[in-house]
Order: sequence, then structure tokens, then C-alpha cells
Amino acid sequence: MKITPEEVMHVAGLARLRLDSDRVDKVAQQLADILTYVDTLAQVDTQDVPPTAHATALTNAFREDQVRDHLRPEEALANAPAKEGLTFVVPKVIASS
Amino acid sequence: MTLHTLTITRAHDLLKAKTISSVELTQAVLDHIARMEPQVRAYLTVTPEHALAQAQAADTAIARGEVSPLTGIPLAIKDVICTHGIRTTCGSKILGNFVPPYDAFVMQQLNKMGAVMVGKLNMDEFAMGSTTEHSAFHPTSNPWNLAHIPGGSSGGSAAAVSADMCLAALGSDTGGSIRQPASHCGVVGLKPTYGRVSRFGLVAFASSLDQIGPLGKTVADCALLLQAVAGHDRADATCAPHSVPDYSVALGQTVKGLKIGIPQAHFESPGLDPKVADTVMRAVKVLEELGARTVAVELPHTQYGVAAYYVIAPCEASSNLARYDGVKYGLRDSAADQLLDMYHNTRSEGFGAEVQRRVLIGTYALSAGYYDAYYRKASQVRTLIMRDFQEAFAQCDLIASPVTPTPAPAIGAHSNDPLAMYMSDVYTLPANLAGIPGISVPCGLSADGLPIGLQLMASHFQEEKLLTVAHHFEQATEFHKARPPL
Repeated sequence: MKITPEEVMHVAGLARLRLDSDRVDKVAQQLADILTYVDTLAQVDTQDVPPTAHATALTNAFREDQVRDHLRPEEALANAPAKEGLTFVVPKVIASS
Repeated sequence: MTLHTLTITRAHDLLKAKTISSVELTQAVLDHIARMEPQVRAYLTVTPEHALAQAQAADTAIARGEVSPLTGIPLAIKDVICTHGIRTTCGSKILGNFVPPYDAFVMQQLNKMGAVMVGKLNMDEFAMGSTTEHSAFHPTSNPWNLAHIPGGSSGGSAAAVSADMCLAALGSDTGGSIRQPASHCGVVGLKPTYGRVSRFGLVAFASSLDQIGPLGKTVADCALLLQAVAGHDRADATCAPHSVPDYSVALGQTVKGLKIGIPQAHFESPGLDPKVADTVMRAVKVLEELGARTVAVELPHTQYGVAAYYVIAPCEASSNLARYDGVKYGLRDSAADQLLDMYHNTRSEGFGAEVQRRVLIGTYALSAGYYDAYYRKASQVRTLIMRDFQEAFAQCDLIASPVTPTPAPAIGAHSNDPLAMYMSDVYTLPANLAGIPGISVPCGLSADGLPIGLQLMASHFQEEKLLTVAHHFEQATEFHKARPPL
């Protein structure tokens, strides 16, 4: 199993992480080591075995749709790094040219 | 009297008889935390004012004759569980200033029962780790040897219980994070069945595996704490509607005639310390002397548990941790003037190396072209591991195994080798993948004086069997009475 620095940078981008260039090679090696170990799964015959997403027999958990108390907007905004009135503030989404 | 050394059961008797007050008991625990914390560093936040106010209220309730089994009992909570108005960091810089506007379901239950919370406990960041070295704030030391790790990720919980810095604690277990530190610190730790305890207000790591559970000085204390937090909660759709039995009844049940399954391969794996294997086998002999019978069982696919787990858990984590984007709470890089830069900078600054590693593995494994090879394959192997347990539990009531391959390693031993740390979870991960309950109970010490635990696992919702056997083992042995040499 080998992962190129370019692949690591691509995945980091998907994960919204910034990897400094001096860390890329080390991270690529660690990911390759882990995925090489994970490749032992290929030894297992899983023909016709259904996948399991979670371990309980519960399927749909229905409940009545009721009006209940929820967080007040002020409480929901209390931890916001930046806010204005009752809104979260974020930097520009599209760069100005 | 050294009040901080009490068990919940004993403290409850003294509180009920009004021999001691909760304020005295809570102050004794707070004083002991102040003495021990510079060495053990189990806490991320100590809450003396909050605790003493709760203790005062508990004493008032006791005076009125309103005494639950946890009224006035000083507990501590892993910092992955949301506490209304009290900082909850998850061991991460990205949540370093997060103050939850609500209580987790388990906190609502403890508060209703009049329990006292003395503080929030250290952990590996987002519960990703087996050593508590991956806390963004500081490592925690093992009270039995300060140069060694306490285990993880609930390392603060296990160390605090072991060093009498709380009477008992709540932790969370995604791949062994309650049982493994309990084993390393010589305390009892119980991972309940997936769905037995609501995760509402538990910061999510891997949602198909995460479960909250107790760590205590005795099995009886863990039973009390499980009783308090188990049960259905409409706010967690994965929480089981099954009725909750009276776990104290289980303590009185007999071990005689119970069948203990022995997966021989788990006692012969290459990484297993011979002293650990020998100590756990001697514990099994004690169970036989108590009237249990042993039968050989096969768990042929559990050898793939580590590989399956280190696909499934990082995949779920990479999705769950997408919410940390610097917008609604937590850290934000405020220098960036564009949204995408803000995301990148905030997450790179806010997540530690191990969390970033797992987010990268998960993102890679779920990315286009790799899903079938990794996530789907691991989920199929998970099915085979579940079937192994189903077949084994057709022949036995419980399965006994080591908790960890070795006693607690030295701090720093795995710092450059994440895979070596992952392998330390080899005996605990299968229970999470199968959703079954497991308990670690102290069963001896290594040559270097570090604790060793016996793991017992049972089928879904069979916590009572775990409690019965673990309690009788504890009562028949002296291991739980050993205290760390601090």
C-alpha cells in the first residue's frame, strides 16, 4: 500500500484540513502503514455476507411529532465565535476578484 | 475518617444515617483532588463551587428523607459528556471554550438523583486514543506508576477513581475506552450494550459504536451508576426501549452453573504478555472454584477486529467531526477573510495529530473508488464478528478474555507508532463492533506492580450476568482492595 503526497493533499482538502508541506511525507507514511494493516481484511471471504451498519435490532424509531421546548435563539448563539443579532456571522463565501 | 476513599455503597449508608454530610464528603474529595492533581492530572475542570452547592442541596434533601442511592455522592464526568453551563472540551482545543447550553441525558438523570459533580475528566481528544496522551491539554498519569499511561480514552476517569479523586465516574467506550483504562488503573469499568444508555449530549465520535458507562471502585458501585443512567430516551433514536432490570438483584444471583466461554486464541496471540495471560487464566480458575463451568469457544473473525474497527470508526469520525467548522461554537481562525480558508485554518489549528490522522483515514476510505474496498468490506467483516459471538453465546453465558495485551506502557512508548497503539485495543474492540456489553474487573498485578484486568463479555442486554460474575469474583478475591502506592 502506497499513498502519494498528492493523494494525501487531495484527501486533506476533502476533509477541510491544511497539511503543511513538511508534514505531508510523514502523514503519507503513517496512512500507508495503517491501510496496509487494514488490507488484511482482504483475506476474509465476505461473499454473500451483508454489511452491518449498527449492532442493534432496532429499525425505525418512531415517535409522536410534538411541540416541545427548545433552546432559545440566544442560548443557541451563546457559543458563536461571531454573531450579529440572532445570526451567525461567517467570512465571505465567494472571493471578490 | 478518610472520606474520599469510600465506595458509593458505603458513603450512601453513612449519608443516610446522617453520620456524615454530603458537604463533608464532597469537601474531602475536593481536598484530595487538590493534593493529588499536581501528580495525576486527571481533571480538565474542577468545579468546587458547583459541587458544594449540589452537596448542600443534597444535605437538605437527606434531611427531608429524600435519599436516592446517589444523593450527595461526589462523581466526576468524562469531558465528552455535555454539562449545562460547565465547559465541555472533549479534550480538544477546538472545543476549548465550549459551554454547553444543555445537559446530556445521563447528566439529567444524575442531577435528578441528587448526585454531586466535582469536575470534568481528561481524555484523548474526541476519545480517539488509548493512552490519554492525545489530550490537547495535558497527559494523565497512572496512579500506580506516574511514568506510565492510565490507558484511554477515559484515562482521566480511571485515574481519578483509582486515586480516590472521586467516588466513581462516567466514561465512554467506542473501542475499549472504559474497559482498557479501568484495567490499567485497577478499577471496575463497564461498557453497556449499544443502546442501553442514551447518547444525547455525548459528543459523537463513531456513532455505531459509542456507549456511555460507569467506572467505579467496586462492581456494586458500577451497578448503581448504570441503574441511574440506563433507560430509554426519546432524544436518542438508537436508545433501546427495553425495560431496565434492577441491577442490584443481579449482584445476589449465583455463579453456579453459569458457562464461561474461553476463546483459546485470545490467550495465545503473539502480542500477549505471558504474565497477563497467566493472571487472567488464574482468574478463570477462581470462577470455576465459584461454581462456573468453562467451555471452549471459537471467535475466528475477532482477529480482524482491529482492521475492521480502524476503517469503521475513522469513517464515522470523519463524518461526525465535519461539524467543527468554526461557525456555531468552538475555535475559529478569525484572521481568514474567506470561508474556505477559515474552515481549513480552524480545523488544522483546532484538531490534534491523532484526530487529523483518523479524519484523513476516514475521508480516504469513504472517498470515490475506495468505499467498497474499505467501508463495505469492514462492515461485512463486522457481520462475521457478530455471528461469531452469536454462535459462541449459544454455548455459553459469558466469555472471558484479557482486557489488554500488556499492562500500562510507559508514557511516550507509542508516540511515533499509531498502529502499535491501535493493537492495544485488540481484545476490547470486538464487543463494540458486536454491540455487546463487557466489563473489566481487577484480577492481579504485573511484576512491576501495574494492574491487570479480567474482561467478561455477555450477549446483548445481559449486563446482569456480567455484574453477577464480576461481583462474585471481586468478593472472592482481594484485588479490588489494592490501592495505588501514592
